[in-house]
Formats: sequence, structure tokens, C-alpha cells
Amino acid sequence: MENLDLISILGSTIRLSIPLIFTALAGLFTERAGVFDIGLEGKMLFSAFAAAVAAFMTGSPWIGLLAGITVSVLISLIHGFAAITNRGNQIVSGVAINFLASGLTAVLGQAWFSQGGRTPPLAATARFTEIVFPYANELRDSGILGRFYANVISGHNILTYLAFLAVPASWWVLYRTRFGLRLRAVGENPGAVDTAGISVTFLRYRATICAGILCGCAGTYLSVAQSAGFVKDMSAGKGFIALAALIFAKWRPVPVMLACLLFGFLDAFANFMQGKSVPGIGEVPVQIFQALPYVLTCVLLAGFIGVARPPKAGGVPYVKER
Amino acid sequence: MSTASVPLPNWITYGLMPFLNLVVAFLISGVVVWIIGESPLDAVTLLLQGALGNGEGIGFTLYYATNFIFTGLSVAVAYHAGLFNIGSEGQAYVGGLGAALAALALDHYVPWYVTMPFAVAGAAIFGAAWALIPAWLQAKRGSHIVITTIMFNFIGAALMVYLLVHVLIVPGKMAPETRVFLPGGQLPKLDWLIALFGGKLGAAPFNVSFLIALVMCVAVWLLIWRTKLGYEIRTLGASPTAAVYAGIPYVKTVIITMLISGGLAGMMALNPVLGASARLQVEFVGGAGFVGIAVSLMGRSHPVGIVLAAILFGVLYQGGDALSFDMPKITRDMIVVIQGLVVLFAGALEYMFRPAIVRIWQRLGKA
Repeated sequence: MENLDLISILGSTIRLSIPLIFTALAGLFTERAGVFDIGLEGKMLFSAFAAAVAAFMTGSPWIGLLAGITVSVLISLIHGFAAITNRGNQIVSGVAINFLASGLTAVLGQAWFSQGGRTPPLAATARFTEIVFPYANELRDSGILGRFYANVISGHNILTYLAFLAVPASWWVLYRTRFGLRLRAVGENPGAVDTAGISVTFLRYRATICAGILCGCAGTYLSVAQSAGFVKDMSAGKGFIALAALIFAKWRPVPVMLACLLFGFLDAFANFMQGKSVPGIGEVPVQIFQALPYVLTCVLLAGFIGVARPPKAGGVPYVKER
Repeated sequence: MSTASVPLPNWITYGLMPFLNLVVAFLISGVVVWIIGESPLDAVTLLLQGALGNGEGIGFTLYYATNFIFTGLSVAVAYHAGLFNIGSEGQAYVGGLGAALAALALDHYVPWYVTMPFAVAGAAIFGAAWALIPAWLQAKRGSHIVITTIMFNFIGAALMVYLLVHVLIVPGKMAPETRVFLPGGQLPKLDWLIALFGGKLGAAPFNVSFLIALVMCVAVWLLIWRTKLGYEIRTLGASPTAAVYAGIPYVKTVIITMLISGGLAGMMALNPVLGASARLQVEFVGGAGFVGIAVSLMGRSHPVGIVLAAILFGVLYQGGDALSFDMPKITRDMIVVIQGLVVLFAGALEYMFRPAIVRIWQRLGKA
């Protein structure tokens, strides 16, 4: 292989993993509370659109982020209304949200901006741009550690660092707070939580709101940080890869981050390998890398890499005994 | 007493409630059209005219409906066993490979009616094969079928793109598709059927697959309500523990149900691949597998309901095309919005009005 540039692959691994990390953490909150969330993809897409529109209108990425989070939380509440209050099928509700996201963002985008479903390109000031750490440029040419510092540690936007902060924060909330304990309990045995006098409904709603906030960050990252504007269907299945990562990590926060980094790495590696040939094998088709996250997750589910045990009450609406 | 356990007459459960849900979905769609700045009434008129106004429109409507009947049946069969197959999309995609291979192998030598049974079998076998691993994982390993079928949708998409780009592509061509099938590998159009009602099919790709779909509706009805296997499937769906206790083999029933479901999804490929474009193309399924979920839900997993719901979605698809032509502000994506709203209200929120209806019903009963 000619010049396998590991440092630049790692840099783009970070960039490609961020939306996955936010979204998989979002799924962690809802699924741990016993609500299946197939609609992660749709929430990400909705918030990407809202963030791009708001950032374009106001010129501020922060207002974009706020809009992305607000819309994503609203959609989460719709999911909650269907799945928690009305005890509807959680998977059907998620499928509906994905349809709505894909359709509504394109229809409104075309109606408002007439650019084929895109939003107008954002100016640099309306985006989250790269933060260069001190001495990054000076160290860029000074050996492997310097390059690592300049390309992998430094040079990302604020949401990237926020994502890596969100991982320990999620861990702390889920495992070290009363809310987190109850949230995990409600995903395993809602009846017990109810008996303790805690509202199952309110807990599950709060879990979906947490998911909404995190999905909002993911969507905003796509349209306001990674690219300069919204493109039709720009989430492109990332919500489902995040879902796969969540399962691959067996519903635990730190492994979620590692799984997302692994899947991000696969994506980055596939981009790098495009058009290059491996000695002895020839060109490796890019589709292999695209399918690999899903294949790995299925192999895991088959029980060949430990056992993935989902939250016990996942997908089951809670009906109070009368 | 909770309103959830009050029984209601069938005409309310199967007639009034789905109708109300649909009305809400369409009202909100109307609001979206209004926000965009077009008249919802004009839009509905254009949509209906485009879908049902002439023979060609009806032909396209029924062409789309054929896809949705297959995928709707696929989702419904699994649903009767309590399995949620959201992998119809991927199973149809891979089923296309089976159909196309049959057509590519035979179209030089035999007429279409000889090719057809092989293509049907090929599509069904490939579709069923794509459902086998998720079925096995569900039955033996207890991994959730929803998750595995989602994963297999993506794996299937990657596989098919690889095959079309690297293996099946015509050498020297750029487009990732197979060669065009000769008439021996094509399903003929049903222009005579439209002509029977005094219409003209025109360019609409309405073809023999529609009849195959109707045959499958009857077959599924027979299977679910008139055979031992169907009884076992329904028992499993009603209560897996009771089914196992009654001696119904869980693993076998789950796997067979999913194979049937995958086979039905695979057969959907006949319509676009052999009926319309006469070649295998990338992403020919175009979301029909997901529409099947909506169709099955709205049709209450019954073949008659599925045909009606499939025609409704056919009207939306064809009418939506015509609408986006006449009202450029409303793009084709509006169909996806309506689809999402229908799935949301007729599916996830199907019992939203139930408490209110129960209260009204009880008050009427007392009076």
C-alpha cells in the first residue's frame, strides 16, 4: 500500500464519528428507558435542517444549534406522545418520523429556498469552524506526535469536543444520579418503578427529551459544522449506523463511543481506500466497508462476540394494572 | 374502569377509527401544502385527476399499488406471527437479483410465460434467503428481528450495488445496471384490462405482476385463515408462550413465517424489474418495502385491506407525481410527508381517538 497516511485517517475518523456518538448516546437514553428509537435518523435530519435554516437566517451557529435542539426535542415529544402516552407501536412511530423527516425537510427546503431541497450555503461566521489549539501549526511538522496533536487532537470544531464531553457526562447521569438509576430501572422493570411511586410516563418522557437534545447536536454538527448548509437526506443512514453502534456497545456509554469511533474509522478507511489497490488483492470494493458495521453488529447479535442483552422492557408500552 | 378494555363493535374498530386517523393525516398534509403557499383543495383535485383521471394515470396508480400489495402482504404475514419485518425493502432488493438472473438466463430461448414461473421462483427464493438469517437469529438467538432486518437492509443494499457495479454491469457501459431483457424476459402489459373499461394504458408500466399480486392475496388469505400453519402463525402472534405450551414449534414457525414474508417481498421485484424497466437497476425498490409497513397497518394485515391501502398509496404516488408537475412548489417529496403522516396517525397513534370514542359510545349506550 502506498503511503498509508494513518494520521489523516484518524483525523477524519474523529470527524465522521461525532454525529454517530451524539446519536448513539441519544439512543442510549431512550432505549435504556425502555423506548425503542428507530427514529434517530429522522431526528438527526430534522435538526440538521432546522439548524441550517436558523444559522442562515440569523448568521449565528449557536442559534442554529438551539433551533436544531428545539426541533429535535419536539420530534422526540411526538415519538413520546405516540409511544408512551398512546401506547402505540414504538417502531412504527420511529418509521413515521423517518418518513416525515425525509419528506418535510425536502419539501420545506424547496419551498423556502428553491435550491432543490438545499439551504443556501452558510458563511464561515454562521458555522462552527475549526479551533486550532495553541502551537498546533508550529508542531505540525515536528514528528509523529506533533502531527497527531495538530491533526487529530486539534483542528476540530466545538461540537466535536462537546461530543467527547457528552460521553462521560452521559455515563455520570446514567450511573451516578438518582435520575439515571430510575431511568435504567424503568427500562428493565417499569412495574417496580411504578410501585415505588415514580411516574413511568414522566421518566420516559424525560429520557426522550435527553435523546432529542443529543440528536439535535448531531444534526447541527452535520449541517452547520461539518458542511456549510443542509443537503437533502444528508443524514444518509448515519442514524442507523449509530443504532448499530449502540447495540454493538451493548447499551453502555463508553463502549458506545468506542463503537462509534470504530465505525467512523471504517468509513474513513473506506474513503481513503477508494481507487487504491491492495497488493495481491486488487481494489477492495467500498461496499465491503459500508456493510461492515452492520455485519459486525449481526455477528455480535448472533452471540459470537459475547452476549448483547437489550433492556428488558424495551419496546413494550407500560400499562398500569387496574 | 380504563377505556382500553371496553369492547367496541367491529365497524368502529375497523371502519371509523382508521377513517378518522386518515382524515387527521390528510388534514395535516393540507396544512403543509397551505404553509408552502398553495391551495390544498386545488392540490387534492390535481392529485386525484393525475391518479385516476385517465387510463394512463390509473395504469401508473395500479403499477405502484402492485409493489405495495407485495410488500404489504410481506409485512402482514410476519405481523400475524408477532414478528415485525421491516426488512421487506432489502428482501425485495435481493429478490430482484433472483428475478433478473432468471430473465437473463432464459430470455433468449423461451417466451415470457415460460420465464415467468422461474422468475417468480427466483425472486421468492432470493427474497426468502435474505430473510433467513434474521429469522434464524430471532428464533435461535433471540436477537430482535427489527434490528437484524434493518441491518440486512443495509447489507443487502451494499451487496446489490457491488454486484451491479462490478459483476452484472454491461461491459463498457457506465450505468450500474444489467442489460435490457429481451421480450422473453419481460412481463407483458395489461393494456387489455384497462381497455376493457374504455381507457388507454399509454406509457404506464401496468403489467402481469398485478395479477400475480392478486393471486398472492388469495394465497395469503388461505394460508393465514384456512391452514394449520396459518393457525400456528396466528397463535404464535397472539401469545408465544401459549403457542409453545400448545406444542407449536417456535423455531420452525418463526423461520417458515419469515421465509414466506421474505418471499413475498422478493416477488415485488417482478413488477419493476421484469414488468417496467426490463433490467435490474440500483435502488429499484425505492422505499416500497417501508410503504408496505404502512399498507399492512392500514389494511389491518388482511389481504382485502392491504389491496385497498395499496391502491390508496398508489393514488398518492401517481397523483403526487402529477401534482409536482403542475405545482412545482410541491415537490415529489410531499408524498413522503403524507406517507409519514399516514404511518404516524394510522399506525403509531391508531388508538388516539379510542378513549374519546369509548366515552361517546358508552353515553349513547346509556341513553
